[in-house]
Amino acid sequence: MTHDTITLGEVALEVRSKNAGPFWVTMELFMRDEVSYALAADASYVNEEVVAALYGVEAGAVQLFRIPSLNVVKISFPRPISQGSLRDRDMHAGQHHVPLALVRVPAPVA
Amino acid sequence: MTTTKDPQQTESVRILVPAGMLGAGFAESTVERGIALGADVISIDGGSTDSGPAYLGASKPKTTAAAVARDLRIMLTAAAGAGIPVIVGSCGTSGTDAGVDWVAGIAAQVMREEGLDLTVARIYSEQSAADLKEHLDAGRTHPLPPMGELSVEVLQSCTHIVGMMGHEPIVAALEAGAQVVLAGRATDTAVAAAFPLMKGMPAGPTWHVSKIVECGGQCTTNPRSGGVIATIDADGFTIEPLDLDAACTPTSVSAHMLYETVNPFQMREPDGTIDVSEATYEALDERRVRVEGSQFHVADQHTIKLEGARLTGYETLSFAAIRDPLVLADIDGWADLLRTILEQRVSQTLGLGPDDYEFDIRLYGHNAVLDNLEPATGPPREVGVMLLVSAADQATATAVAKVANPLMLHLPTPDMDYLPSFAFATSPAEIERGAAYEFVLNHVVDSTTPTSMFRIETKEVLA
Repeated sequence: MTHDTITLGEVALEVRSKNAGPFWVTMELFMRDEVSYALAADASYVNEEVVAALYGVEAGAVQLFRIPSLNVVKISFPRPISQGSLRDRDMHAGQHHVPLALVRVPAPVA
Repeated sequence: MTTTKDPQQTESVRILVPAGMLGAGFAESTVERGIALGADVISIDGGSTDSGPAYLGASKPKTTAAAVARDLRIMLTAAAGAGIPVIVGSCGTSGTDAGVDWVAGIAAQVMREEGLDLTVARIYSEQSAADLKEHLDAGRTHPLPPMGELSVEVLQSCTHIVGMMGHEPIVAALEAGAQVVLAGRATDTAVAAAFPLMKGMPAGPTWHVSKIVECGGQCTTNPRSGGVIATIDADGFTIEPLDLDAACTPTSVSAHMLYETVNPFQMREPDGTIDVSEATYEALDERRVRVEGSQFHVADQHTIKLEGARLTGYETLSFAAIRDPLVLADIDGWADLLRTILEQRVSQTLGLGPDDYEFDIRLYGHNAVLDNLEPATGPPREVGVMLLVSAADQATATAVAKVANPLMLHLPTPDMDYLPSFAFATSPAEIERGAAYEFVLNHVVDSTTPTSMFRIETKEVLA
């Protein structure tokens, strides 16, 4: 059986990313409700390996927190390029959330 | 002001945080209202690493003096009238000694103009490589992930190194009689935590609320709304916005623990670890939130985190733009060709090899922000081509950018048989950025005492 899919960004209230100090990136999926949170928190869609593949980092370095009281999934990983060095193109890591927001999950049944 | 430390007589402490950063601006009514609500101290953060290594590397502030003066004028005048202290942390963006003196100079000017007579303490946090080498040799330095072990060469390569103080040096300055404390690099939390800890408030709620208020109104329903006031007591804390149109909700307050932190439940401070995993958030009414159950685990070893930046070279930037659909159809091929031919031309004309310079070509509108992480496909409508060159001296960086200039103006794609002309944004095309820096320290030092790495100077500034 196949499902209609939708991106995490489409079912989230907000997806954001930011520096956590010069050497770490942290991202949050703020989900709309328990139903959309369940999709983001489902380890078969969002897990350390998925994040590692999206961002070119080691899965073992990814820290993932599921916070049901806030309907939030939070993800942190070391910056592959340190903040502000010659090849850093996103000083505040403020645009790193986009690949995560484009992860596809099954569309909730209306 | 009183410097008596008597926990029995202080049942609660109210901290007023007018904004997330000194110089960011806030309404005058923010502070007036906070004072009317019984603020015991005004605390504000003055810096961060968030805007990159240049501010520490060059010891230059990110904010403009006029904006700092405006904020200080409101805070110092109100605080003097109410007889409460003002604490500023991470002065001058990076917290270097020059940053502390810069803010102190602005504060002195404001006090002269306003006729204020306040005792000002400066706390210097800059560290010398020689002193740190002693800690290194004694085995007192440790890396934080993802960094490796510290070397003396890395220490000596830094133009500036600061240690992030905890609350202890700030408390020492207050106990010595300071009414205005201008601290070098401090943890964001220590700036708010110092006064309530001095007054005997419990560590759990004090550190937790200090993390929540670090960005001013960001923990409210309207992040643009300005400041907050928090009341700490024996069992927890209560927090509310100073803008009547904004609200603190259990979600807005608890969500702020996520902001710019790796771990949303635990956060290390010099003196120990904030632990909010058992904290409860309850709405008292539509605008106020009560938090209880916050913990602070005092560490076996007090540690000071180091920040250091070193010069990577001098940079020159050049910027052209492409709108021609034929070129945009194979923009990656064009950029690869640009890289290859640029390296050849630099070798032929300047005699420079790969170790003599570095460059980065960023295609804005195509993949400049995320580079190889970019998920989108398909040709863009227009692309900005930014060339960033780094070399050991400015003249070499600019020479490389000048060699690139005819290529960025005319380079055809591999299958084009005529010369296109692209759209330069400025004349001259090269912009000299000057010195560039990178962060190289992410290490802690086992502190001998919580204050030994910091120097406090107190003096009265007479009107």
